[in-house]
Amino acid sequence: MNQSLVIESLKKSFGDFKAVDGIDFYVEEGKFFSILGPSGCGKTTLLRMIAGFLEPSSGSIRICGDEMIGISPNKRPVNLVFQNLALFPMMDVGENIAFGLKRQNFSKKEIEEKVKNILEKVHLTGYERKNVSNLSGGQKQRVAIARSLVLEPSILLLDEPLGALDLKLREQMKIELKKLQNEFGTTFIYITHDQSEALVMSDKVAVMNNGKFEQIDTPKNLYANPKTSFVANFVGETNKFEAKLIDDAGVVKTKEGIDFRVNLIDKNIKKDCFVFIRPEAIVMMVEGNMEDMNYFDLSIKTILFDGSNTKVLATLNDTEHEIMVSLPQNRKFAHIKEGEVISAGVHISDCKCYE
Amino acid sequence: MKKLAIISVAAVTLLSSTLFSAETLKILTWKGYAPKALVEKFEKQTGIKVELTYSNNEEMISKLRATRGAGFDLAQPSQDRISSVQAKYKIYKALDYSKINSSQVITSMLEAVKKNTKVGNESFAVPFCYGTSGLIVNTKLAPNVKDYSDLLNPSYKGKISYRLKRPTLIAIAFSKGDDPFAKYGDVKAYKKLMDGVAKDLKKAKPYVKNYWANGDALLGMIRSGEVTVAMGWDNGGWKLHKENPDLDFIAPKSGALGWIDTFAIPSKAKNVEGAYKWINFILKPENAAYFTNDSGYGTASNGAIALLDAEKKADFQRSFSKADIDNIKWYPPVPAKLEKIEGKILDKIKSAR
Amino acid sequence: MPIFLWLFLLIVLPHIELFLMSLKYENDMGDMVWSLQNYGEFFAEEIYWLTFIRVALYSILVTFLTFVITFPIAFYITKIVSVKYKGFLIILLLMPFWVSELVRVYGWMILLRESGVINYFLQALGLIDKPIEMLYNDVSMIMGLVYTSMLFMVVPLISSLDGMDDSYIEAAHDLGASKIVIFFKIVIPYTAPGIVSGSIVVFMLTLGNYLTPNLMGGKNSLWFTEQIYNQFIASFNWNQGAAFGFLLLILSSFIIWLGLKLTKQNLTKALS
Repeated sequence: MNQSLVIESLKKSFGDFKAVDGIDFYVEEGKFFSILGPSGCGKTTLLRMIAGFLEPSSGSIRICGDEMIGISPNKRPVNLVFQNLALFPMMDVGENIAFGLKRQNFSKKEIEEKVKNILEKVHLTGYERKNVSNLSGGQKQRVAIARSLVLEPSILLLDEPLGALDLKLREQMKIELKKLQNEFGTTFIYITHDQSEALVMSDKVAVMNNGKFEQIDTPKNLYANPKTSFVANFVGETNKFEAKLIDDAGVVKTKEGIDFRVNLIDKNIKKDCFVFIRPEAIVMMVEGNMEDMNYFDLSIKTILFDGSNTKVLATLNDTEHEIMVSLPQNRKFAHIKEGEVISAGVHISDCKCYE
Repeated sequence: MKKLAIISVAAVTLLSSTLFSAETLKILTWKGYAPKALVEKFEKQTGIKVELTYSNNEEMISKLRATRGAGFDLAQPSQDRISSVQAKYKIYKALDYSKINSSQVITSMLEAVKKNTKVGNESFAVPFCYGTSGLIVNTKLAPNVKDYSDLLNPSYKGKISYRLKRPTLIAIAFSKGDDPFAKYGDVKAYKKLMDGVAKDLKKAKPYVKNYWANGDALLGMIRSGEVTVAMGWDNGGWKLHKENPDLDFIAPKSGALGWIDTFAIPSKAKNVEGAYKWINFILKPENAAYFTNDSGYGTASNGAIALLDAEKKADFQRSFSKADIDNIKWYPPVPAKLEKIEGKILDKIKSAR
Repeated sequence: MPIFLWLFLLIVLPHIELFLMSLKYENDMGDMVWSLQNYGEFFAEEIYWLTFIRVALYSILVTFLTFVITFPIAFYITKIVSVKYKGFLIILLLMPFWVSELVRVYGWMILLRESGVINYFLQALGLIDKPIEMLYNDVSMIMGLVYTSMLFMVVPLISSLDGMDDSYIEAAHDLGASKIVIFFKIVIPYTAPGIVSGSIVVFMLTLGNYLTPNLMGGKNSLWFTEQIYNQFIASFNWNQGAAFGFLLLILSSFIIWLGLKLTKQNLTKALS
C-alpha cells in the first residue's frame, strides 16, 4: 500500500515550550487515522504543520512522496475542516463549495457539475442556493466536508469538527463521517480529544501526550493492550490503583492494602507502579480458586443505571477505595441491591501494571 | 434623603444666585474692541458682568436676524451696514441720544453716523472707532507697491494675499479709476462695474497666494516673509512696523477705505441701561485713549487724542499725508440689493480656475 | 411610539422651517412669494452645480483614499499585532481626535507652510534651496480631509475585522486562495458592512466639511458648504441658502443610494 503521509522526527517549539517533540509516523492511503490526546498535547500544532499554517522547527513532512516543508497551505494537496467549520457567511452553499474550484480555474460548467455531484454525495442535493446560516449543525458539517473533498485532496484533515454538535447528532455524524470516508476513499486525519470518536471511526489511532506519540495502533489493540499507563488511563474507562511491587514475579500491594497478581506490562518496574483494571474485566458472583484469577469481595454502593451501559460503584473488600464495575444486562444480576456484598474476580492478564 | 434635599436646595440657591443676582451685559463685538483691563474696570465700577462674543459684520447681522434681535444687549456693526439691514429686518432699537454723553464724542463723526443710520425719523448708532483698509507691505521685498492694483501685479506672484470679501471688490474698483460708492444707487451700473472687477480678480488669481480669513494669520504670513503685499487694516500694519521697520501700512494711491464701527442696541436687548452705561464708559477720554493705544484703531472719543501715545500719532503721520487723509473713501450706507450681487461674484471668483 | 415622537421633534421639526424658507423667493417687487426658483437657481447657475459636482467627486476620492490608508492600519491592529498592544494602538489612533478639528488643521498648517517645519528641515538638510509652498492646494486639502476622516473609517473597520474569525482567512488559504484572492473574496466581502458604514460617514463628513477646505485648500477650493455659508452670511439670502442645504441633503443621499446599488450593499446591514 502507498503511504499518503510520512512524518519523520518532526519538532516544533515555541520558545522553550516543545509543542511537538519528535514524532515519526506514516498513514496509508485511504485510511482513517486519528490523533487522540488531551487538550494542550500538541495535536493541533501537529495538524497545523501538516496543513501548512505552521513551519516545523525541524523534521520532514512528505505527502504522497513530496516534501512539504516550505510549501504554503494553498499549494498543498491537503485540506482542512476547521473546528468551527469556517463556512464563509457571505456566500451560499454552492459558492462555498465552488470557492476552491474557482481557484483551480475550472470552467463554470465543470464547477457547477462538481458542486452538484458532491452535494448529492453528502445528501444535500439541491442545496446550492441556501444560505449557510440557515443550515442545521449536521448540514453545515457536511457542507464543510464537501467544500474540502470537492478538491479531491490527497489527505483530508479534520480538527475536532464534531465538538460543537450535541450528543445525539455527534453519534450520528460519527457514523456518517466513517461512511463518507469509505465512499470517497480519501485519507482522513482526524484530531480529537474524545476517545470514543477516535475508536469508533478510525482504522488507526495515535495517542498523543506532551508532544509525543505514546502508541499508534488499531482501536481494538489500543483498548485491549495499552502500551503505556497514559494510554491505559486515557483510552476507555478504567479503575486505577497506586501500588508497590512486592514480588518480581508479578504481585503488588495497593495503597489500600490489597494484594493483586498482575500482568507486568512495563518490565523495568522498580517498586512504585500503577494497576489498571477495566470495569468490564471484573466478573461478579464467582467463587473458586482458579490459578489465574484474583478474588475479592465487592460492597455495592450505588447502581448507576444507564441502559446497556449500566455500572456499579462498589468498594473493594473492606477498604474505602471505590471502583467501577460493568453490570451485564441479563437477569442474572437483576437482583443486586445497594448495600449487598458479593464475591467477584478478575483475570490476572486484565490487571495491567505500569511503571 | 435629607442629605439629598440639602444638596438640591444648595444647588438651586447657587444657580439662582448666578442667574439673577449678577446683572450681565452681552456684547456682540469685534476682537480687540473691549480690552480686558477696561472690562474689569467697568465690572468693578458698575457691578455688571460683561460677556463678549466676537464676530464680524456679516455674522453679526445674521446672528441678530436669526434671533430677530434677541440674545445680545449691544452690537458693534459698521455704520454703512445698518440702515438697509434695519429697514428690512428691524433688528435694532432706535437710540435715545439723550442718554449718551455726546460731549465725549467727536461731533462731526456723531452727526455723520446719525445721518447714515437713519431709518424713518430715527437713528440707530453711535460711533466708537474708525480705521482704514489699505495695503500692508514689506517695503524691502516689494518696494514699489503704491496702489490696490499691485494686488493683481504678476511681479509679486505667490506673495500676495487679500480677503475674498466686499472691501476687496470696492478697492479694486477704485484702483480702476472708477467710483463704486457713486454707483451704489444704480444697481445695474454697479453690477457692471463689479463684473469688470471680477474679471480682473479672476485673471490675477494665479498670483495670489491665498485669500486670508483670519487677521492674525495674515500678520503671521507677512511677518515670516511669505506674503509681501496684502490688503489689510491700518492697525495691523502699524503693529508689524513696531516689530520690523520694513513692514508698514501704506495708504493706497486711489484712497484708503475708511470705516466707522459703532454701537447699536439690538431690538430685544434685555439690559438696555447697561448698554448705555458701557457706551458712556468706553468713550470716556481716558478709556478711549487706552483702547487706541492698545489696539491701534482711531477713536471717536473727543478728548482722547490728547492722551494718545506719541507712537500712535507717528504711525498715522507716517502712513497718511495730508492728501492721503483727504483721499480716504468713507463707506456710505450699503443699499439692500448689492450684497446679493457681490455674494455671487465672490463665489464666482473663488470657483474660477 | 415615543421614540418616533422623539425623532420627529429632534430631526424633522427643525428642518421644517428651513424647508419652508427654501421655497420662498423674493420677486422683483421685493415681495416674498412661494416658488421653486431657489432650487432652479442651483441648476441654472453653472458655478453652483459645478461646485457641487467637484465637491462630490473630491469627497468620493477622499473616502476612497481614507479607506485605502486606514484598512491596513485596521488590519494590523486587529489581526497582526498582539492583543497586549491593541488597546494602546487604538488609543494612539484616537488621540489626535481629542483636540478640535481647528487645532488639528492648524497643526498641519504649521508643518506645511512656507516658513513651516518641513520646509525648515528640507532646507537645513540642503535638499531644497528655496522654501516650497505646500499649503493652499488641492493635494494638501485632500490630505487634511483624509486625516480628519480617518477615525470615522478606522473604527467601523476595526469592529468588523474584529468580528471576523481568523479561520475564514486560513480556510480560504487552505482551499487554494492566494493572499490577493483572500483579500478581495473573503476579507472585503466580510467587512463590507463596516466599509459601507465607514464610507457613508466619511463621505458625508467630507461633503459637509467647511473648516479644512477653507483653511488648507487654496484659492480654488470653493466647497459647497462655503457657498451655503456665503448665501446665509455674506449675501443675506437665507432662502437660497436653505435651498442649497436641502439640495446638499438630497443629492448626497442620492449619491449614497447609487453607491450602495452599484456595490450591491444594503444600508440596514451596514448600520446594524
